[in-house]
Amino acid sequence: MSIHHSLRNPPLSAKIGIVIFLFFIFCAVFAPLIAPYGEAESVGKTWIGPSAEFWLGTDNIGRDMLSRIIYGARMTLGVAAACTLLSFLIGVTMGLLAAVAGKTVDQVLSRFIDLMLSIPILVFALMILSMLGSSLLTLVITIGVLDSFRVFRLARSIAVNIVVTEFVEVARLRGEGLWWIMRREVLPNALPPMIAEFGLRFCFNFLFVAGLSFLGLGIQPPFADWGGMVRENGRSIAFGIPAPLWPALAIALTTISVNMIVDWILSINARPSGASAEM
Amino acid sequence: MLRLIITRVFLGCLTLLVVTLLIFVATEILPGDVASAVLGQGATPDTLAAFRIELGLDRPAYVRYLEWLTNALQGDLGVAMTNKRDVIETLTPRLSNTLFLAGYAAAIAVPMAIVLGVLSAINEGKFIDRAANVLTLGAISVPEFFIAYILILVFATNLGWFPSLSTVYADMGLWDKIYVVALPAVTLTLLVMAHMLRMTRASVLAIMSQPYIEMAFLKGLPRRRVILRHALPNAAAPIISVVALNLAYLIVGVVVIEVVFVYPGVGQYMVDGVTKRDLPVIQACALVFGGAFVLLNTLADVLAILVNPRLRHPR
Repeated sequence: MSIHHSLRNPPLSAKIGIVIFLFFIFCAVFAPLIAPYGEAESVGKTWIGPSAEFWLGTDNIGRDMLSRIIYGARMTLGVAAACTLLSFLIGVTMGLLAAVAGKTVDQVLSRFIDLMLSIPILVFALMILSMLGSSLLTLVITIGVLDSFRVFRLARSIAVNIVVTEFVEVARLRGEGLWWIMRREVLPNALPPMIAEFGLRFCFNFLFVAGLSFLGLGIQPPFADWGGMVRENGRSIAFGIPAPLWPALAIALTTISVNMIVDWILSINARPSGASAEM
Repeated sequence: MLRLIITRVFLGCLTLLVVTLLIFVATEILPGDVASAVLGQGATPDTLAAFRIELGLDRPAYVRYLEWLTNALQGDLGVAMTNKRDVIETLTPRLSNTLFLAGYAAAIAVPMAIVLGVLSAINEGKFIDRAANVLTLGAISVPEFFIAYILILVFATNLGWFPSLSTVYADMGLWDKIYVVALPAVTLTLLVMAHMLRMTRASVLAIMSQPYIEMAFLKGLPRRRVILRHALPNAAAPIISVVALNLAYLIVGVVVIEVVFVYPGVGQYMVDGVTKRDLPVIQACALVFGGAFVLLNTLADVLAILVNPRLRHPR
């Protein structure tokens, strides 16, 4: 039983996670083809209950809930993915730089990041978004940069252990430059343990964007997004109408499915390569 | 030990100062200019210039920072731009509301999380551990408002046991308050407890795999005694920092919960301020949240130093 074997045979929980996550990706990509109604199309009265015509009922201004959720997958997943990619791009680059470039750079970067982490990330994001406004670009850059501080810490701690190995020493003696060592020697060895972290950061950013949208400060209308949909339909819960629960459920299912996949990846990584899968 | 604590407290004060600087920089020096943000796109250059002078934006940034900081230290957080009311007067009752909610949630969450965390560490791999694992993973993975709305739907709308909106007044009795705030407090409890339980479990397990614990078992001591006398005193430091860390998380988690339940706390005040771009309000609320965050983190470190048996005797 090799590592390839366990890669080919994920446990049941990971299979479920993959299926759910791929389903949402599918919805996001082919939204116009599978959604029964348009994204902003008003099709009936406010908060109609689920029926054969509207599977999940209608929302606060009479749009089809199911179609909104299918379209909403685009914005919600897309923005979270963009934030996570940006945060890894910045965080990993800075982290590797801190590990490779020597003590002074490391100290300056690490202390700076420590200071930036002394304010809760939500409070920081609220301050910046209030000044710059919640355009999509500002949203992605703000969350990406704030999240990169955490990625930095992990990337640095992993890279520090790689930098002391012989092959990096050899590359240094060979006269390779800083950038080459970061990219060709350290990065390939730092990436495998970061894969699971990518999933976890995605979950965090995904929930964070949804939370901001729920507060009315994230993705702005007319785009459908799940956090904003919970906000728009929040009042209906007092009348016993479960309208805000559908988009909230979509958010919950996404993070749970990613967590299931991450657990599986972690269990592979924790095993020494070539060890038996029963460990 | 005393020196360690003094150093840590001093570092905490320093961090607090940096926090005020960060808040000021984030809100005033970023490219988005307050005057144009407040007046909107229809503002003419003349009105913009006049408004800047009214706000004092024509003076250099460090002067404004020092002025803001000294005023804040004296309890003057300025006047809200939108309704011209004194920020500190609005903030104080809201802060006590938020502290009430957070304290309420913490009073339930902390003891439960520690007991359940230690229990599931002791019974590692058995049913109670697996059940706790699945439940806490679920609570961590779902957004705050999902738990909140499910609780509202079940306990407020369908069963009618609790109100769905947590309206509190200044002259409300304590029991009434506890009753009205029950749903948001339980939501917060679930969120914070999940994190706390998992981290408590992990830190007890880390201690349990140490050689001296194995030694205690090999001496033939009963399991109870090994855990209570040998493992827990050493696990106390990590557990305390876990608790404080999660209380800091609670401070922020309170924002979304307050909005869901329309609870008049600092979180909602800040969200309102952000929506209306009310600068003094945003700065004041950020100061409260940032200060609480730094305070709890410092407290965690100091307590960890205090309970660490290895630091009890001077070397």
